[in-house]
Amino acid sequence: MFKIVNREEMAQGTIILNEIEAPRIARKAKPGQFVIIQSHEKGERIPLTMADVDPDKGTITIIYMVVGKSTASFSKMAVGAEYFAVIGPLGKATHIEKRGKVVCVGGGTGIAVLHPITRALKEVGNHVTTILGSRNKDLLILEDKMKKASDVLHICTDDGSKGHHGFVTDVLKDVLAKDDISLVVAIGPVPMMKFVSSITKEKGVETLVSLNPIMVDGTGMCGGCRVSVGGETKFACVDGPEFDGHKVDYDELSKRLRAYQEDEKKSLEQFEKKA
Amino acid sequence: MAVKEKKQAVPRVKMPEQAPEVRRRNFKEVPLGLTDEMAMTEASRCLQCKKPACVEGCPVSVDIPGFVHLIAEGDFAGAAERLWQKNALPAVCGRVCPQEAQCEGNCILGKKGSSVAIGYLERFAADRAREQGGGALPEVAAKTGKRVAVIGSGPSGLTVAGDLVVKGHDVNIFEAFHKPGGVLVYGIPEFRLPKEIVASEVKTLEKLGAKIELNSVVGTTITIEELFEEGFDAVYVGVGAGLPRFMDLPGENLIGVFSANEYLTRANLMKAYLFPEYDTPIARGKNVVVLGAGNVAMDSARTAMRLGAESVKIVYRRSREEMPARAEELHHAEEEGIEFVLLTNPTQFFGNDEGRLVGMECLKMSLGEPDASGRRRPLPIEGSEYRIDCDLVVVSVGAKANPLLTNSTPGLGLNRWGNIVADPVTGKTTKKGVWAGGDIVTGMATVILAMGAGREAADSIHDYLTRGW
Ligand SMILES: Cc1cc2nc3c(=O)[nH]c(=O)nc-3n(C[C@H](O)[C@H](O)[C@H](O)COP(=O)(O)OP(=O)(O)OC[C@H]3O[C@@H](n4cnc5c(N)ncnc54)[C@H](O)[C@@H]3O)c2cc1C
Ligand SMILES: Cc1cc2nc3c(=O)[nH]c(=O)nc-3n(C[C@H](O)[C@H](O)[C@H](O)COP(=O)(O)OP(=O)(O)OC[C@H]3O[C@@H](n4cnc5c(N)ncnc54)[C@H](O)[C@@H]3O)c2cc1C
Ligand code: FES
Repeated sequence: MFKIVNREEMAQGTIILNEIEAPRIARKAKPGQFVIIQSHEKGERIPLTMADVDPDKGTITIIYMVVGKSTASFSKMAVGAEYFAVIGPLGKATHIEKRGKVVCVGGGTGIAVLHPITRALKEVGNHVTTILGSRNKDLLILEDKMKKASDVLHICTDDGSKGHHGFVTDVLKDVLAKDDISLVVAIGPVPMMKFVSSITKEKGVETLVSLNPIMVDGTGMCGGCRVSVGGETKFACVDGPEFDGHKVDYDELSKRLRAYQEDEKKSLEQFEKKA
Repeated sequence: MAVKEKKQAVPRVKMPEQAPEVRRRNFKEVPLGLTDEMAMTEASRCLQCKKPACVEGCPVSVDIPGFVHLIAEGDFAGAAERLWQKNALPAVCGRVCPQEAQCEGNCILGKKGSSVAIGYLERFAADRAREQGGGALPEVAAKTGKRVAVIGSGPSGLTVAGDLVVKGHDVNIFEAFHKPGGVLVYGIPEFRLPKEIVASEVKTLEKLGAKIELNSVVGTTITIEELFEEGFDAVYVGVGAGLPRFMDLPGENLIGVFSANEYLTRANLMKAYLFPEYDTPIARGKNVVVLGAGNVAMDSARTAMRLGAESVKIVYRRSREEMPARAEELHHAEEEGIEFVLLTNPTQFFGNDEGRLVGMECLKMSLGEPDASGRRRPLPIEGSEYRIDCDLVVVSVGAKANPLLTNSTPGLGLNRWGNIVADPVTGKTTKKGVWAGGDIVTGMATVILAMGAGREAADSIHDYLTRGW
């Protein structure tokens, strides 16, 4: 169980795709939901969104960025290797409905999370404008798939190596000015979601973001994933991970994501020394 | 008369323990267990009452005089077998049951002197049997061809599974976590309940033929309806009371304020005290405050001490008499240097620019008239605010029902707190073919009550499978 049947390196090897056998999960998963993964018994429980599922084959696909010890250890696993644990599907599925004109904004591995949602939004008949951002053209992932899932695709790079030279928010402002947009879905680094939300809030455009706080169980039992939304405490694993972008306390989330910074650094250094 | 007095004159055995100043910095078990001689001497203190009050105090009616007598005779294996007739997890119960409120609390010897150390003896017999390879497995009845799904592998689920598999049914346990045992593995720390004991009990169950599907969150990975579609004939829900309560105070989301569930799960299930050998980190506080005074609070406080804290305080709004923890845990905590700050209630938490906890504000309390719980109600003393500097707070003020499974199960009756409504005798729920028991029905209670509920339900499920609803 939980065998890796396919592995791809994306974005110069900093982002990895794994297709994993998990038949029960593949049968139930919906866009927006995630799994918790452990590579071995001593490993950490790591939440990752399902970028795709194949119910017939009984597989799920995860796409993750190598940022620390656990994702670094995942990235060393070859096709045929097995994850120790995969738990899910967790979290609420995205509410998909026909809204008219929608904009999907993705950054980094957030694009992987955004892909099944974008596809589903298009399938129910929305006109989808997608804006993707990355530091440079080599770090951009899933461009072709996102193109297929969208009516219009914009690319932005920080260094101008592809598409618009600048941030996704520049393009978003243009799109919002020209078109009557009824929904924005933004998934990416916390600062990106924060800036997108502040722009759409000004314009009064409903905005959905997907939050990534530190989790342990993913079933509502630890409370580690608490986020403040509209002044109320929510558990991202069961109440989310998607929330109204205008109500999220992004500063609190950014701080909480740094809770274990020093330990994480130590852990990665030790792992790299061993490797 | 003479015998009774003679027996009273023999002092109650003292369990050898790791010294407080040593054990407060390690995760090894605190009490070290009795020697054979100690156990036999202690067992011979038992008066072998004709009408044993101790048994009445035991929620699963273990034959206490019977097993104690066998220990006195030196038949340790026989004692273990006698225990197993009523209790599938004696090595666990001997360690964590609140004996002073149950068996030992009823012991006649306790009225004048000190009661027989029934808990220690239970632990002794079970440990000896395990060390000698676990003893004989109970006989398994011929296969009935019926299949039962047990949801949750805590003490309640393990008991149901054991009973039904012995009766010849096929049993699959579905567990959300990657390890079986429920609170016994994620909540109760190693220094109180070594995890190898739980693992050994689970292995026995597997040897008997029960199957365990880990990483299966019933309600999301699979629903109860789907379990029936897959061909299960009955379902037992023993998912515990796994949702943490917070206090809704300003600053509660600062880094450094944890639920006991998170703190203990990181420490126990994920073995974060062995970081970085194990990958999961845990916050190590210098000045730690634990809110609450039950077993969970004691476990959190003692864990914090073992993780290197300079000071650990239990902050509790009532007085010492009202503390719900087992007497032994309170005593152990105190010996290990945990401070009790009583009649005190937190009002807010303070953080620094990085969003990390640096202190909390408290109010002093006084006790008023008894409330619905029969305990005196704590009342705030106006103007008594003061600050406690701290960098780690563990909130251990109780747990509630997790709606993940119940929300996805139409027809399952719940009470207003979200606990499953089940018949107190049979464990039957309002949904046909579904039983429930343990903390998900009663709210957070005890290991032995969860096991008792499991046993009753197993009998009722067996009746249903052989005779009908
Ligand atoms: C619902 C959800 C969905 C996610 N989906 C994806 C995805 O599809 N692709 C992807 O690349 N990343 C995703 N993440 C983020 C991913 O979980 C973290 O990058 C990963 O946990 C880092 O672990 P590490 O040990 O490699 O790094 P570490 O060195 O441990 O941590 C690096 C940073 O990752 C975050 N982090 C650490 N531990 C956890 C944890 N247990 N849970 C969440 N965040 C943590 C912290 O911000 C930390 O500073 C998701 C997170 C959540 C909560
Ligand atoms: C820290 C702590 C210390 C304690 N100390 C003591 C003590 O000293 N003495 C004592 O008698 N009692 C003690 N208790 C209470 C005792 O542990 C509980 O009353 C008892 O464990 C309840 O058993 P249970 O089988 O109902 O549930 P649990 O032990 O809670 O087990 C439930 C299991 O179900 C799983 N689960 C939950 N939801 C799902 C789902 N949807 N699908 C699949 N699986 C699921 C959980 O992961 C868990 O493994 C303590 C509790 C805690 C938290
Ligand atoms: S991850 Fe534990 S409650 Fe959400």
